[in-house]
Amino acid sequence: MPTSLKVNGQVHTVDAEPDTPLLWVLRDVLGLVGTKYGCGVAQCGACTVHIDGVAMRSCVTSLARVGAKAVTTIEGIGANPVGAKVQEAWKAIDVPQCGYCQAGQIMSATALLAAAPKPTDDEIDAAMNGNLCRCATYIRIRKAIKAASGQTPSDKMGA
Amino acid sequence: MDAILENPSRRLFLKTGAAAGGGLLLSFSLPGLVRAEGEVAANPFNAFVRIERNGVVTIAAKRPEIGQGIKTSMPMLIAEELDVDWKTVRIEQSPIDAKVFGEQSAGGSTSTPDDWEPMRQVGAVGRALLIQAAAQRWNVPAVGLTTEPGFVVDKAGKRRASYGELAQAAAGLPARDPKTLTLKDPKTYRIIGKAQPQSDTPAIVTGQPLYGIDVRVPGMLYATFLKAPVFAAKVAKIDLAPAKAVKGVRHVFVVDGGSELEGLLGGVVVVADTWWQARKGRNALEVTWADHPTSAQSSAGFIAKAAELHGQPPHRNLKTVGDVDAALKGAAKVVKADYSYPFNAHATLEPQNCTASFKDGKVEIWAPAQNPEDGRELVAKTLGIKPEDITIHFTRSGGGFGRRLMNDFMVEAAWISKTVGAPVKLLWTREDDMQHDFYRPAGYHRLTAGLDAQGGLTAWRNHFVTFGEGTKFARAANISGTQFPYGAVENYAQDVSVMPLGVPTGWLRAPGNNAYGFVYQGFIDEVAYAAGADPVEFRRKLLGAPRLIGEPGKGDSFHTGRMRAVLDKAAEASGWGRKTEKGVGLGVACHYSHRGYVAVVVEVVVNDGALKVRKAWAAVDVGKQIVNPNGAEQQVQGSVLDGIGSALGQQITIENGAVAQSNFGDFPMLRLADAPHVEVRFVISDNPPTGLGEPALPPSPAALVNAIFAATGKRIRSLPIGDQLA
Ligand code: FES
Ligand code: FES
Repeated sequence: MPTSLKVNGQVHTVDAEPDTPLLWVLRDVLGLVGTKYGCGVAQCGACTVHIDGVAMRSCVTSLARVGAKAVTTIEGIGANPVGAKVQEAWKAIDVPQCGYCQAGQIMSATALLAAAPKPTDDEIDAAMNGNLCRCATYIRIRKAIKAASGQTPSDKMGA
Repeated sequence: MDAILENPSRRLFLKTGAAAGGGLLLSFSLPGLVRAEGEVAANPFNAFVRIERNGVVTIAAKRPEIGQGIKTSMPMLIAEELDVDWKTVRIEQSPIDAKVFGEQSAGGSTSTPDDWEPMRQVGAVGRALLIQAAAQRWNVPAVGLTTEPGFVVDKAGKRRASYGELAQAAAGLPARDPKTLTLKDPKTYRIIGKAQPQSDTPAIVTGQPLYGIDVRVPGMLYATFLKAPVFAAKVAKIDLAPAKAVKGVRHVFVVDGGSELEGLLGGVVVVADTWWQARKGRNALEVTWADHPTSAQSSAGFIAKAAELHGQPPHRNLKTVGDVDAALKGAAKVVKADYSYPFNAHATLEPQNCTASFKDGKVEIWAPAQNPEDGRELVAKTLGIKPEDITIHFTRSGGGFGRRLMNDFMVEAAWISKTVGAPVKLLWTREDDMQHDFYRPAGYHRLTAGLDAQGGLTAWRNHFVTFGEGTKFARAANISGTQFPYGAVENYAQDVSVMPLGVPTGWLRAPGNNAYGFVYQGFIDEVAYAAGADPVEFRRKLLGAPRLIGEPGKGDSFHTGRMRAVLDKAAEASGWGRKTEKGVGLGVACHYSHRGYVAVVVEVVVNDGALKVRKAWAAVDVGKQIVNPNGAEQQVQGSVLDGIGSALGQQITIENGAVAQSNFGDFPMLRLADAPHVEVRFVISDNPPTGLGEPALPPSPAALVNAIFAATGKRIRSLPIGDQLA
């Protein structure tokens, strides 16, 4: 069933069943494969995108639920000044190991910084705890979020 | 066939000297790099380096990138000796061709020790050829010339020529024997030893297609494969119609499968236009699985059997030194404890997947693989085709940890593509991935130690109950007879008993050691307390005078002096011995594996049974040169946190022959809020550089449980820690 879907500022007509999770529309229908599959049940965060600026797990968000709302993915987040800052910090601190979780991490971090420009350690913990990193790049993730928000790393990070 | 994912073979390895964009290819053969000597002549091209007219240098990374940073660190070795500006270097993943590139696997932390010399030689030969080309052009002796990054210059400073200008002439010269060339003095390194960012980071943070799961091939269909929950069980009854009725589903078929756990297993495949449609088709299926001889096996059963075997004489002894029984009889104090750990899964965040295109008896494969040559053999055998009719491309892997040393996903994708006659991307669900892993085997140890009146260790025995049959161990369930404190105690015995297993097992990051580090360093801690000694001091005494234990060059030979140095460094960094508040404890452990010496100290706080890991310190000796300090820090921090996370909550349990866990909800992995900072110190020793993907993991679980003991007086002897503190 053709549905229109707005992704990264562009409107697409997609042919997919309304119950299809947004993740698979992005990956298999639109070929935007930067958004990753890790668990399919909202437990890992690899599939995080923004829907009207809010971080959402695309693996459990159906196409029908997205409706006319604007979707932003890792491929488009650089157009958002906060997203661009986060990507720069991720590069400067060289956060990724295997890198598979990092699209989701960056999307969650960008949503956090949009809501709390100078997040505390607790706010970082709360916002990022749903994003699993199997390689455990957590130390650098914290550091990069602090850097992107212009803060110096706190004790928790051992400097 | 062109995949949309970058297809490296099309870009780097042209067969002639002229590269596509007018650039020039500098190729040369290096006999030492090729395993089978006789094949060198047939493959004169060993194209690790391409230099374009504008000076851009492209270097091939021959090993798969699984997050260990090898795609950056090995090209650094070439670039250093070639003497180029690292900022101008582009890195491309090489094709898979053992005849040209030799070993292309990633496992056992072997890449750095194996490639340290030959990769630098590749660069040195390239540099020598460029110098020779300049010497000919200027008609001067080569000895009067040297290089600056990207340029050949004469030592008098009169003339210079860029590598780009010289590459064509250099490519026409006969290769040089690397043994005749002097490698750089490390003091002059500009690239090695300097923190370099990982080469794929910019692509990763912008979501570029890099991984196996991202591969797209024209005309490709998507597949899901429902395998029997009991390993190697077969389909007994099924109605395919409900799945076929789902929109987009093209094919539904039963795979009979074999009985070898590493090969093609029985189940049902659904192929559709999109993966979600395939998945919906799969959800519509109702399968009755045939009974299987292993349907009754369970973790509880293994635990009971291990207890039974511990009560009997061991099946065999792997090593005896002195007389343990006599020493225990004469001991002032005897310490006994049972240690155990569960099956564990790799849980790479990118689930297993593979894309295959079978056509006219040949198959092309795109795989996130760690060990592709074994995959080639498996596919050839299973599909009945020739190994040379299989082309395999590496993709980046979303984590490896040893999981992708096995190639089950490869044979499945090839089989499905052959069956449906179209290119297919097979993607496992997370549940498939968790329930069809090659698990770190569980293990059960009964340890006994004797102390003399002065608190010195006089006797050590381990009766290890593991999996296997007769004298054959199940994969990754083996142990060496010479685990430390072998060589440091007068009376020592390593005994084993085995029980049969119908669960696939495999190599998980620091195989064996990831469990033995916990068992041995946990028990040594107990023994230290029993001796009334400080845990660091006790280990120092046990290590004794600096010496090599075991045969030089042998895998488990071990230098006590190197271990002592990292132990001292970790103790110093953590402020070992300082006063701590109530509920706070520090634990230490040191372990040797994969040629690396690592000591870890962990600090925890436990309040009312709530455990918080505050910080960890790791001291590491992997030889005289850290190739990429950036990647090295990542690997050590990642490994320490991996060890801590697995000890905290990870376990796979077998019930009714199948895995009980299914997703991250019942297989809890470390998350950001629970991840402490890990401070890393490298101890530089005069030894060849070795790998870092693994050795920092094994001491970490023990340091954690030892810290818990220091904080609470509770000894954790069975992993995971779970709710044992509640
Ligand atoms: S794939 Fe959506 S949260 Fe894991
Ligand atoms: S970098 Fe590998 S999962 Fe996060």
